[in-house]
Amino acid sequence: MSDLATTPLHALHRELGARTVPFAGYAMPLQYEGIVAEHRWCRAHAALFDVSHMGQLRLRGAAAARALERLVPADLEGLAVGRGRYTVLTNAHGGVVDDLIVGRDGADTFFLVVNAARKTADLAHLRAHLPAEVTLKTLFAERALLALQGPEAEAVLRELLPGVEALFFMDAAWFTWEGVALRVSRSGYTGEDGFELSVPAEAAETLARRLLADPRVRPAGLGARDTLRLEAGLCLYGHELDEDTTPVEAGLAWSIGRRRREAGDFLGAEVILRQLREGPPRRLVGLRPEGRAPLREGAPLRHRGTPVGRVTSGAFGPTVGGPVALGHVRADLAAPDTLLESELRGRPLAVRVVPLPFVPHRYRRRGARP
Amino acid sequence: MILRYTRDHEWIRVEGNIGTVGISDYAQQQLGDVVFVELPEPDREVRKGEQAAVVESVKAASEVYAPVSGRVIEANDRLVGEPELVNRDPEGEGWFFRLELADAGELDGLMDAEAYRAYVESLD
Repeated sequence: MSDLATTPLHALHRELGARTVPFAGYAMPLQYEGIVAEHRWCRAHAALFDVSHMGQLRLRGAAAARALERLVPADLEGLAVGRGRYTVLTNAHGGVVDDLIVGRDGADTFFLVVNAARKTADLAHLRAHLPAEVTLKTLFAERALLALQGPEAEAVLRELLPGVEALFFMDAAWFTWEGVALRVSRSGYTGEDGFELSVPAEAAETLARRLLADPRVRPAGLGARDTLRLEAGLCLYGHELDEDTTPVEAGLAWSIGRRRREAGDFLGAEVILRQLREGPPRRLVGLRPEGRAPLREGAPLRHRGTPVGRVTSGAFGPTVGGPVALGHVRADLAAPDTLLESELRGRPLAVRVVPLPFVPHRYRRRGARP
Repeated sequence: MILRYTRDHEWIRVEGNIGTVGISDYAQQQLGDVVFVELPEPDREVRKGEQAAVVESVKAASEVYAPVSGRVIEANDRLVGEPELVNRDPEGEGWFFRLELADAGELDGLMDAEAYRAYVESLD
């Protein structure tokens, strides 16, 4: 694994006994204690994930919101400073270049967090389409990213950073911690309440050790991250999302701003708006295979013998207590309780379409405003 | 009693003409949390190296091969309800199946505990 990049927490991972795996060119912790234990700890307490492999970027310039809106279908002009939004970079035929969080750090400043495996593709796409007056600064080596996730995350973090309790889901703010500038976003990829902490690389290990010193916090790896996001029904790029899947097909129509639908002024709008009007040919669904054996990515989905889709992610869901999967299926068969067939080791297996998420989200959302 | 290991990390404990088969402690550590086990039907004839069972962890499925040829006489049905036994006691209560050996001579090509330990160390 010598040709792999490492995150600023690599030494700490080794010390904690992590088993590392190559992921998107990085040696990343797959697990420490075990995927199921880490998954359960996150749902009950607070789990610390190193997600420094993800790409952090700063986008700045007059009318940056308008420029970025050409590339994503989210309403960014209407995004308040200190707020963030989940969105997708679309291509000309409505497919997804990447999914990302765009946070507004100032009137003309945006903070982007993109997938590790898509950094190069995203940069090429952004540079090809953004006007010269919008500058793009990558923070890949400069900043690490830690995710503290779980129902006890707030109680833990407010001891270090008083004031984080005032943030709601998808709020972000800058804090100073022991002289270090931290960007704290109340967001995550587990379905639980939690925070993502962008920290200068050289301070990452100190911060991680401080968080881990709290008995409510345990480290968790990519294995638990995947089972948690799967139970939360969240898309993973390269599985549920790719250049040939539109956000409508991936169940992300909610992320397309109303004003943006009316204007249709983003890459791929023609295909995406048509799918919003007429319905997409296929949809992302939750799937429960019969029995206990997990159905894995790539498994076929059939309806009365006819191929109608495929499984995009599948694993055993520790909180659900059984196998869970996501898949793309022909749109007329996407309703909950539809019965489909798949195949496991050459034998037929019944699969039921179920509503997403498998495990309810527990985000701390801002209450309904008056 | 003879205990032998394969390069694919199965173990077989032979008493008389009956062999009990499971996966090694190293194998269960590599797999992580076991969530499902598919076992062979009794009376099935398996050949040495043939897939006889499947073990699924949270992340992935792995095949379990017959260390020697023979006829399956019993499967460990406890694993159906408690697949975590494979993690907890891989070389004891987490056994997979028992078989009646067709040719005890096939054991000669397998590793004893010491050779297997050295083999595992060479992998890390």
